[in-house]
Amino acid sequence: MLGVVLLLGLLFGTGPGMAAASSTEPNAGGRRWFLQASATITDRSLAWPTAEQWSRVLRLQDYNTRVVVLGTTLLGLAAGVVGSFTLLRKRALMGDALSHAMLPGIGLAFMISVAAGGTGKSLPVLLTGATLSGLLGLGTVLAVRHYTRLKEDTALGIVLSVYFGAGVAVLGVVQRMGEGHSAGLESFIYGKAASLVAADTAVIGLASVLVIGVSALLFKEFRLLCFDASYAATQGWPVVRLDLVMMSLVVVVTVIGLQAVGLVLIIALIIPAAAARFWTGAIGCAGTWIAAGMGAASCAIGAAASALLPNLPSGAMIVLVSTGLFLLSLLWGRERGVILRWQRRRALNRKVRRQHVLRAVYEWSEAAAASQPGTLALTVPSVPLPALLARRSWSARELRRELDRAAKDGLLEWRADHTVALTKSGLTEATRVVRNHRLWEVFLITYADIAPSHVDRDADAIEHVLGTDLVAELESLLARQTALPAVPLSPHTIAGVPASGSNSS
Amino acid sequence: MLSLSPPPPAPTPTRRPTLAPLGAEHSPEAALSIHDMTVAYHRKPVLWDVDLDVPPGSLVGIVGPNGAGKSTLIKAVLDLIPRVSGRVLVFGKPYRQQRHRVAYVPQRESVDWDFPVSALEVVAMGLYGRIGWFRPVTRRHREIALHALERVGIADLAQRQISQLSGGQQQRTFLARALVQEADLYLMDEPFAAVDAATEKAIVRLLQDLRAAGRTALVVHHDLQTVAEYFDRVVLLNLRVVASGLTETVFTRENLQKTYGGRLTLMTEAAEALAREAPAP
Repeated sequence: MLGVVLLLGLLFGTGPGMAAASSTEPNAGGRRWFLQASATITDRSLAWPTAEQWSRVLRLQDYNTRVVVLGTTLLGLAAGVVGSFTLLRKRALMGDALSHAMLPGIGLAFMISVAAGGTGKSLPVLLTGATLSGLLGLGTVLAVRHYTRLKEDTALGIVLSVYFGAGVAVLGVVQRMGEGHSAGLESFIYGKAASLVAADTAVIGLASVLVIGVSALLFKEFRLLCFDASYAATQGWPVVRLDLVMMSLVVVVTVIGLQAVGLVLIIALIIPAAAARFWTGAIGCAGTWIAAGMGAASCAIGAAASALLPNLPSGAMIVLVSTGLFLLSLLWGRERGVILRWQRRRALNRKVRRQHVLRAVYEWSEAAAASQPGTLALTVPSVPLPALLARRSWSARELRRELDRAAKDGLLEWRADHTVALTKSGLTEATRVVRNHRLWEVFLITYADIAPSHVDRDADAIEHVLGTDLVAELESLLARQTALPAVPLSPHTIAGVPASGSNSS
Repeated sequence: MLSLSPPPPAPTPTRRPTLAPLGAEHSPEAALSIHDMTVAYHRKPVLWDVDLDVPPGSLVGIVGPNGAGKSTLIKAVLDLIPRVSGRVLVFGKPYRQQRHRVAYVPQRESVDWDFPVSALEVVAMGLYGRIGWFRPVTRRHREIALHALERVGIADLAQRQISQLSGGQQQRTFLARALVQEADLYLMDEPFAAVDAATEKAIVRLLQDLRAAGRTALVVHHDLQTVAEYFDRVVLLNLRVVASGLTETVFTRENLQKTYGGRLTLMTEAAEALAREAPAP
């Protein structure tokens, strides 16, 4: 990996974006983050970008912007994929501990590099240090969990804070060493996408391809591991080694994301994976693709925003953008979005209330017809309000509101004497509702031992979600019973209601 | 001063009731044979010197009070928990060589049912071992999985996300996943726990089908009332094997008392179950 970095550094080192950096940097592969970091400490201005700046960034006119946006996009892509798996393996916080544990490694690598006569600015050296101390931190988590009876969250908390604290202390020492360029180390904490050069983007690209490739190859294995690790073990899958591979992918993504997003916020790269859950349920690898897409989008937009407002750390911008996408998903997600669920729920509630009203009117009419022999059943009598009010535990206001709604939809008519009567279409609908309800009640009584496996709602609720198929099935099942007790057989021929009741007699 | 921890209570030597030899049961190769297996969590042993032989083609119920080590027994056989001592042979060979002949049905609560997969995909997981590394699940595999879902009666729910299945349907999904493995030995951990009556019937039918096909099943069971009805053989377990053998010989009031000790509520249940079996004299 180190060789690749150097090679690419040589190849890309002469890119146009490098010119400015190289002029103040003695090294050919100079890193702009060292240069800019010192400026940001005193420079607190936050000017709104001009129209020209907007257009330059949005049209990716600058070589630098292109490099940065491409690099972060690839990073987001890989992070989305890996994030999906870590989320499902419930290892999200493990990644956080890992990234925080990298800080002391960065500081120590710098010190060692300086002590060995280098400038301390070699990115591969710093990232190697980061990786080693990150892995050490991860090892500590596993050791604490294994050898003590502390729970994993405690172990994670200990490692995260201890390592990060040590890292801050090491950085303090580094700054006192007065080696001049050490200030740039802080950009690893909050991320500075602007510091990416072409070589970094190439490394990020290669690593992303590697990460996505491995995930695609092991998609089936990872899914099994995340869903049911012990079952995987009984099938002979090497669970521990698979876990290690998955964790290595997290390490790779963390390392390549360190520059752009920073170690404090890198954990936020799992936000797209969480957001994807609102869009898809069971559709195979779609969730992973959605997560990858959203990760790429948030990194690209975040990096561009950071390019427009250079004093805002790119890590923070990326997190804000992905949080925005998360909120959108939370609200409008097609599978579990809050708004969609709320709408569905409201529609169901309305349906239930509507059917309650229709049934009350119908049943009152039915009883009235029965008490007056000679009257043709269901000649659409008008129903007084008090009679309806007594049929359910609803308030007069609720009832009136529902009646008004039904009247508006043409199912009921208000008569002059404050009574209501079903219209022709209202009668059709009411007959259907009552019929389903009674069929269902009979079914529940007759097949009590089967029904619970098909439904988990009581009869009153289920009538509103019964499909026509199930109604037909119930009829054929119940046809073998003696009779359908009081299932309405309308004397009218009503459009929309098949004369299906007759087949039961 | 180094003090040795007090020696564990010597397990009372268990005598398995001598059974009238039945031709079919004297197969030289037990489907599962466990010798002197001891399992410990942290410091406390949870299973002592388990000896068990399961003849092929039998349905065996594992019964015992909470914390008796029923699930532990299954997990230790499957190498999911390390054994302190003991040997496990599956059809005469160590388990590691016989994995493909063993299917495991874990407890339903052991996984997160909010996981984004469909019922069909969960069942297809039973085929992953056969599919092998890196290769994807193909249409042929999905057909096998669908067929297994048909056998447990929920083929129409194949595409449903697993969180939208009822408890009984989730249990059936797990059974279907074990079925596609086409194993010879099935180890099931509480498949009857909290399922509806229809699912219970479906599982019983499935067990009988398996037995008819010469397969063996070891089932952790909690409902004493149905033991005699469902299982040919029973293992009464409470940290050690209290008794094991043919249900009619072993599933006695005396053995249940030994297994459940002073747990009154459970004993009442047991007494009821027995009363139902043999009307009071």
